[in-house]
Amino acid sequence: MHLAQFNVAHMRAPVDDPLLTEFVAALEPVNTLADAAPGFVWRAIANEDDPEETIVHEFGDHLLINFSIWESRETLWNFVYKSAHLAVLQRRREWFLRVAEPYTVMWWVEEGEIPSLKEGWSRLTLLREKGPTPDAFTFKEFYDPHGDRA
Amino acid sequence: MDDLAAVAALNDPVRRELYRYVTSQGRPVGRNEAAEAAGVARPLAAFHLDKLVESGLLEADFARLTEKKGPGSGRPAKVYRRAPGERQVSVPPRDYRTLALVLAEVVDLLGADEVAEKAAHRIGARLGAESAATGLADLLRERGYEPYDDDGTLRLRNCPFHVLAQEQPLLVCSMNLSLCQGLLEGRGDPGPARLDPRPGECCVVFPQEDSKTNQS
Repeated sequence: MHLAQFNVAHMRAPVDDPLLTEFVAALEPVNTLADAAPGFVWRAIANEDDPEETIVHEFGDHLLINFSIWESRETLWNFVYKSAHLAVLQRRREWFLRVAEPYTVMWWVEEGEIPSLKEGWSRLTLLREKGPTPDAFTFKEFYDPHGDRA
Repeated sequence: MDDLAAVAALNDPVRRELYRYVTSQGRPVGRNEAAEAAGVARPLAAFHLDKLVESGLLEADFARLTEKKGPGSGRPAKVYRRAPGERQVSVPPRDYRTLALVLAEVVDLLGADEVAEKAAHRIGARLGAESAATGLADLLRERGYEPYDDDGTLRLRNCPFHVLAQEQPLLVCSMNLSLCQGLLEGRGDPGPARLDPRPGECCVVFPQEDSKTNQS
């Protein structure tokens, strides 16, 4: 099984606003880092030819979506918190609003399976409504592929 | 084995030296090398290393220590490295970890990261000023970081806040950086501690002290 993660970030301004210039500029290097990271399997790409283009969706305005698949919890964790990606995360308050509800969700997928954006959104909704379960969970309250709390 | 028994296994000075050597290498260590470092005979080192494995403080594995392959290269050697997990003994019982987890969650809920970083910097500065350690590496060792030289950069093998960093990684790594910057300031030597995260280590790195002297 592979681990899918879907997260939304509420931008402080439209993506082409000067406030987000440095964030948009970081997209290409950070995505390059992800693509080369151990355990990386797949990520949703808006436009193969323009690394700065963000994913178009119907879930709301100023919502930035990040959707990817990894071999394991450890490989995803090491990319998110133990690589140069951390520096981008640390500046998140400059670019994104703080939200009280969960904004990242994870779940297990069959190897080779690529879930739709819609499924990502419904997993996040499930997490928001029911809290962490084997079908929609978080790093903090993580479930293994057998549905046991890890 | 309970924590007290595990920690008590370190009471023997030879065993303690072997544990210190193995854990300071950041890679699996063979019996010969460990014996040499501790200045004891190989069979004695082997005995104590295996006791440390029994206590759950080290982990054993088998690996080829030479490049040679095929017939004549010998069988794989037993190697040792630090076991995952942590042991804690407090007499009388104390539980600062749970309270730290609660406080970290409060900071997160309040979105008070910046205040927490400032507090960490202040406390770091106080600890740095109070310490009698002469060099930066000694000061970091005193604080549990396990510094080592990596091509002119001082890296830290151990995260002293591991459990908290698993729970609140963004908050704890930022606070840790502030604490380290405070330590430098406290010893009258504000230097550019920065984050350079790598799997399995503390995220903070420092320029080496001698390279700094060269620049000035």
